[in-house]
Formats: sequence, structure tokens, C-alpha cells
Amino acid sequence: MPNDIGHSASSKRREDVRFLTGVGNYTDDIDLHRQSHVVFLRSQVAHGRLKAVETTAAAAMPGVLRIFTGADFEGVGGIPTGWQITSRDGEVMQEPGHPVLAQGKVRFVGDMIAAVVAETEDQARDAAEAIELDIEELPAVIDMKAALAEGSPKVHDDLTGNLCYDWGFVEDNRDAVDAAIKAADHVTTLELVNNRLVANPMEPRVAIGDFAPGTGDSTLYTTSQNPHLIRLLMGAFVLGIPEHKLRVVAPDVGGGFGTKIFHYAEEAFCTFAAKALKRPVKWTSTRSEAFISDAHGRDHVTKIELALSKEGDFLAVRTDTHANMGAYLSTFAPAVPTWLHGILMAGNYKTPLIYVNVKAVFTNTVPVDAYRGAGRPEATFQLERVIDKAAREMGFDPIELRRRNFIHDFPYATPVAVEYDTGDYDATLDKLLEISDHAGFEARRDASAKKGLLRGLGINCYIEACGIAPSNLVGQLGARAGLYESATVRVNATGGLVVMTGSHSHGQGHETAFPQVIAKMIGIDENMIEIVHGDTANAPMGMGTYGSRSLAVGGSAMVRATEKIIAKAKKIAAHLLEASDADIELKDGQFSIVGTDKSVAWGEVTLAAYVPHNYPLDDIEPGLEETAFYDPTNFTYPAGAYSCEVEVDPDTGRVTIERFAAADDFGNVINPMIVEGQVHGGIGQGIGQALLEGAVYDDNGQLLTGSYMDYAMPRADDLPFFQVDHSCQTPCTHNPLGVKGCGEAGAIGSPPAVVNAVVDALQRAGLDVTHIDMPLSPARVWSAMNS
Amino acid sequence: MSKMQIKLTVNGRERELLAEPRELLIHLLREELNLTGPHIGCDTSHCGACTVEMDGKSVKSCTVFAAQANGAEVTTIEGLAEPGSLNVLQSAFREHHGLQCGFCTPGMITRAHRLLQENPDPSEEEVRFGMAGNLCRCTGYQNIVKSILAAATELNAAKEAAE
Repeated sequence: MPNDIGHSASSKRREDVRFLTGVGNYTDDIDLHRQSHVVFLRSQVAHGRLKAVETTAAAAMPGVLRIFTGADFEGVGGIPTGWQITSRDGEVMQEPGHPVLAQGKVRFVGDMIAAVVAETEDQARDAAEAIELDIEELPAVIDMKAALAEGSPKVHDDLTGNLCYDWGFVEDNRDAVDAAIKAADHVTTLELVNNRLVANPMEPRVAIGDFAPGTGDSTLYTTSQNPHLIRLLMGAFVLGIPEHKLRVVAPDVGGGFGTKIFHYAEEAFCTFAAKALKRPVKWTSTRSEAFISDAHGRDHVTKIELALSKEGDFLAVRTDTHANMGAYLSTFAPAVPTWLHGILMAGNYKTPLIYVNVKAVFTNTVPVDAYRGAGRPEATFQLERVIDKAAREMGFDPIELRRRNFIHDFPYATPVAVEYDTGDYDATLDKLLEISDHAGFEARRDASAKKGLLRGLGINCYIEACGIAPSNLVGQLGARAGLYESATVRVNATGGLVVMTGSHSHGQGHETAFPQVIAKMIGIDENMIEIVHGDTANAPMGMGTYGSRSLAVGGSAMVRATEKIIAKAKKIAAHLLEASDADIELKDGQFSIVGTDKSVAWGEVTLAAYVPHNYPLDDIEPGLEETAFYDPTNFTYPAGAYSCEVEVDPDTGRVTIERFAAADDFGNVINPMIVEGQVHGGIGQGIGQALLEGAVYDDNGQLLTGSYMDYAMPRADDLPFFQVDHSCQTPCTHNPLGVKGCGEAGAIGSPPAVVNAVVDALQRAGLDVTHIDMPLSPARVWSAMNS
Repeated sequence: MSKMQIKLTVNGRERELLAEPRELLIHLLREELNLTGPHIGCDTSHCGACTVEMDGKSVKSCTVFAAQANGAEVTTIEGLAEPGSLNVLQSAFREHHGLQCGFCTPGMITRAHRLLQENPDPSEEEVRFGMAGNLCRCTGYQNIVKSILAAATELNAAKEAAE
């Protein structure tokens, strides 16, 4: 049985009640007094010179308050980038300006040209349609390799070309890797595409700007995973509002998956316009707008080579990737194909030599940034696909080839700069074979064959790096932010606690899981603890939720703050008990003198802290409130093994997922119900990437998959029940909870399992198919089978 | 634009309102009646976040003009249980972790409620097919399907016990 350390393991979620009864408080549910509405006029061409934006007729339409264009943002800051990458030649990346509203040129379909603020959304929409545009259309740059060709049109006229950076990692290993590949017994090469995706949280983005003329304070309500980050980026870099005059609120947020990390121009616009108009300004994205304005994910084109000895030892990996940045650099875009991708190229294996080259490219498409997994799915996919291909080429069992190369000794320093603290990859693989009934595969295959269907089995392993840290290291790597987390624990006089966390919950269940941790530390009922998040007015500066960091980093900050609370409370208890604080222990909500039956209850101590009549006022202050900032010393390294069984219909190429199993090592687990739910969701998105989803542009830069009619989201009848297991636990050694993070694993581990399974099905049928690019649509599979 | 007079019953209560001819039922519910349980997740009737019941059928209220609901009986998530309590289906979603961010949940529950009226004892496959008009991005549907199957079992057991 898993060692689940939560106070009462799978506590049911307290946030559920409001969501189940329709009384959640999402940003679009908020309406402010005298609120106006903005509709953005977006470019319908991918690349063009803005010659005129004629707004006179539109401005005279009913209800219109004001129409803004790029000219209104002259002298206002642009949307900043949070990470700077340095190229192989020592030059820093090219970083184009990104105005709030387009100035001079439009650079992708969806780029914002004008903003119409009106009394109602319909009036704003009507007026936006009446704006007359004169745009000189320019040739669009869509394909990354074409974008780098000599003479290609430039997305940004003021840059030297469309190359953002050319990153090499570890540059010192480059020649040694080349030599090892040249000398190896066998080299397997694979060229592949990691398909462009749209994150599609079910709640579209919303922003409401508000301004209080009396105090000069601005407030932004927004659908964000990290309100403090938005406050910092927008306040300091775009609008020049000091943080003490700017409040950012992210209330209930309907999913994020990365795309709600970033600071978007719409947020800055609403805040700016509310001040200009002295009225609240609300923007609610439509889904069609989301497809052309939410940052997309993935979009890598890669060639990977794996060198092996004839016995099957991995000798070297070399990978070359082109990574699409889109038209502008989104908040964390430069970091995704580099530091979140390159450092994972060792996977679960002791490959001694690795070299990663990434060319980041500007194109006339929506900006691309982190989406669930962010760089780690791209690393895992190419590595696990090339290993599968190598096994076939050399006649090895793909499972045994992996096992042979597993890392066994921890801590383990990889040749790509990270040190794995703990792991047991044989354990998760063994567990996977057990829960997936690996032994029964042949019988199931025979049964499929009797139905005329081709069954295949795909297995892969993954490792990821979560809770990106420490701040001083990421600073050296180009991050323009720290990556700590904060918590303030406020104990009230009557013993209840409020925890204000810089983490943000948008589906992860912090309001339930975080109290479980504190309840156990103090020994009180978890219902005495309330989690407050998503409002910069309450919580200390925090970095928010992404990269599976909430419990590993945010939870650790909360533990540290609670430890300070307990230390102070023990001093108060010692005074009340007339003992030395070194002799006081806290258990089950009672402070007692060790070895005696003398005790005071938690509530007596908290009351004394606020009614300090009998209190050591000479030694300690009244009150019981502590803040901690936690900066991790390392990443955490969840890992696991996934398997997928598919049936392929040979007549149509249709793939169905028949079985899917996941064995994960997340270290310690607080709430297994929530952890399993996270894995289910990640697998759903990973299968979506593998079989259904893909953002497709035509050569002119029109997004062909711009709605749910064209972009295939996984539906209930596309997926089976998954078997998931988290009983293999090697706790993290460097955070107080021993937790590793579970939010992204499913999306990282599942795409290669699916593709490996389909290739396996076709190979077993005697077809010479070694790879099919995702999504594995019936048309693509059928074509591969029949080419 | 001239407004039309619309009379409908929402969650058992008769309402009379004025609406523009182009106004959608979802906007009438959210903005005029302050029923913000049903959400807007798309603009092509694919996601189901806006699902409500109209005259005994599941409808996506972003595809229904307010004018079409004239004279209709509409039930939203807010009308499925007594305020402050959870019905069997809602409890099953909580018990089986059938929701994460909660945004699709009101539409999911409303649709599942009707599905179990249409087919009180569905198979897993029937649940998956019957819910395929409602998108969820968080759960991989695993625990949504489990929740609905569990609710069906409980409702059927209660019915049997009553007979």
C-alpha cells in the first residue's frame, strides 16, 4: 500500500461544493458597478503593414465610449519576456518589442489592432466591425526552416532575421558527442514533429480592469495561474504602476495548463483603459478568440540520434530541434525548448554524452509558450521514440533495452547539468507490468486479431523536473524572476488558521490538500484551516502555480511558516505551563511537558497570543502570524513508466486506446485521490496530443483549426478507463514533505506510449512503418500503412 | 434594437423579461437572472459548459435564442438541488472526484441528470457516448464516468427500495 501521508488521506474536496452547485466565482461571473466592455479588433492577416486604422464612424456608433489604437500606447511599455537565453556564440537572444496594440505592423492572425470600449459587449462588437483598416499584406513566414532561409521575409524588421537564438547544451560536449556517434556500433536516427497544441482550458480568458480615482489604485481581475507575477510584469514593465498601487485578483480559475501563466496584452489593456475612462473595463474571450490569442504549446521539429554499443549500451545522444516562438516572445517561451527540455535529455538512462542544439524561430503565428509539461514532453517523446526504434533495429526487447540502461545509483549527476536525488526506475517499470497485465497481452492480441484488428503495445519511461529552482541558479540561466514560494500562516485567537499562499489553485485542490498537511503538523481538524490564494492584497509575493510546483515549493513554504508558528506557540505554552520551551511537545493539538501529564490545548495558547494577560511580553510579541519564503535547493524528479495498448483498424487506420496504465513515483503523496485525478487528466491531454489534437496553419498563416469544429478535443468516448498507481515512492530528499509533484506527468508520459503502441501494431502486422507524426489520425495511419 | 417580451419558468419560478432578438438564452440566464452556474466555454456549441434543461431535454443554451425559450420550462444547475445541499449526482461527483477546476461541472451535472432520466441504468459505453457533447479538460473523464455510474447505481437502489 502506498504511504500516503495526508492527515486523512483522500479527503473529499471542500471546493467541490461551490462548483457542484453553480456558485463558483470565476472572473466572468464578476460584474462591477458602471462596468464597460471591450472588444478587440484582431488582424485577419498573418503579416501586414498597418497603413490606416479609421475609427471615426465606429466611434460614433451607439454606446461606444472610446476606441484605442496602437497610437494610444506610444510611450507605454511592451509585453515583457521573463527569460533570456544566450546563444552558442555568446550573443543574447533577439528580443523584439511587443506593443499592447499593434504599431506599424501586424504579425499574426489574432494580433490586436484596436480596442473598442462600449457600454455593452454587443455594442463594442458592432463598432469593431465598423472600423476600416488599410493593411498592406506582406508574405507570411510560417514554416520554421523556411523562416531561417536566406532572403526569407522578416517577422520583425528591426531584427537581423527570424532566428531568436541558437542554443547549444552542453556546448563543451559537442565534439565528444560527435566523435562517440561516429565511432559507435550502431546509431539510430529519427526525425519527428512534436505537434503544435492549443491548451484549451475550458474557461476562456477574462480580464477586468478597475481604477479608484479617490486613491489612485488599480485592480485587475484576471484568469491567471500567478497573480503576483502578473502584478510584477504588468506594473513594472508595461504600465509603470508600483506594486503597492496595483492589486491583481485571480479568483476561481477554470483550468490553466500553462496558458494562463503568461502576462497578456489584454490584461494590460483593461487596466490601462479603466484608468483612462475612470470606469471598469471587462474583456471576455470567446473560444474563437482564444484559439488565436492564448499562447500555443509544443511545435518542435527534431532530429535525434542515439548511439549504442552492440550490447545495447547507450553511448551518446545528439538532438537538433527547431522550436517555434510564434510572432512575439511570450513570458516564458525562451526557457521551454532550452532549460525545460535540454536538461531532461538523459531521461531515466545513464547515457554518458549528450548534446542538445535548439534553434528558436520567429514565425507569423500565435506566440508559443509552456503547455502542460513544457519542454519535458518534447524531450521524453523524442528519447522514448528513438529508443523504441533502436530496439527494433537491433533486435532487442524494448523493455529490456530500457532496463539495461536505467540509472540505479542516486544521487545521479547527468551530463546535462542536473542531479537526480532519488528514483527507482525498475520499481515503477515492474509495477507497470503488473497493473497493465503485461503477461496477458498476447492473448488480447489474438482476440483483437479475431476481430480483424491490429493490436499493439507501447511502453515508455519518463522523468521530469518539477519545482524549477533554485533562484540563484535560474538567475544564472537567464530567468528574470525568482522561483521561490511564500506562505503566511495567520492563527486566529480562537485557534483557526488562515494560510495565504502564493500558489494558485485552478483545479489542483489546494484548498483541500494544503490543510491536510498543516492539520497533521499541529494535530487539529483540517476544517479549522482555510487556504486563501489568488489575491495580491492578501498573500505575500508568490510565484504561482505551474511546473508541478505547488506542493513541492508552495507546500514547503507553508510547512516552514507553520514550523515558525509552532516554535512560537511552544514558547507561549511553556510560559503557561511554567516550564522551559525545550521541554514542550505538541501532539494532537495539545502542548505538554515531556514526561508529565501537564498540558495546555492549542486553543488556549492561541487565545493567550491575542489576549496576552498571562504572557511573556518581555520575550516575545503578542500575536501568532508567520511568513516563510521557501527557495528549493534542487528540482524534484518524478518518474515512472507508462503503457498503452491500441487497436488499429487496418481498413480505416482508426486507432482506439484499449488499455492504458501508468506507474508513477511522485515521492510522498498527501491526497491520493487528487494525485490520481491529476494523472488521469494528464493522460487525457497526452492521448489528445497523440491521436487527436494539432494546431494547423496554412501557408498564408491562417489557423485552419480555429474552433472546436476543427481542433479535436478528447471526448468521453475517445478514452478508456486508465489504471494508475503511485505506490512506488522514493521521497524527495531536499524538501520538507518529500513530495515531487504530479501535475504534468500524465501529459509527459503518455504520447510516446501511444505512438510506440501504434508503430508496434503495424510492425507486428509486418508493415515497415517506423514512425508516424502526431496526431495519429486515421488518415495519417492509413497513409503510413499504405505507402 | 427593439426588445421582445419573454415569459419563461426558470428553476420553478416564472420570470418575465425583455430581450433583444439576438440575445442567447445563456446570456439571459447569466446576465439578466444572475444564474452564473451555466458557463460559456465556446462559441460553436461543442463544449457543453452552458448545458441546461429546457422542456425535459438537454440543450446548449448558447445555441438557443432567448426568444426560443418563450413559454419554456428551464432548469439550470442552481435548480437541481435544494440550496445548500447536494443531490445524488452532485454527491457522487464529489465522492469520486469527478471535477477539478469546476468550470465544465454545472453543464456536466445538468447533462448527466438528463442522461439518467433517459437511461436510468447505462453501461460505461452509454455514459461515455451520452456525455460526449460535454468537454472536460481536467479529468480525462475517468472520474466523471465513474461518478455517473455510481449515481445511477445509487438511484436505482433507492428506487428498488421504495418499490
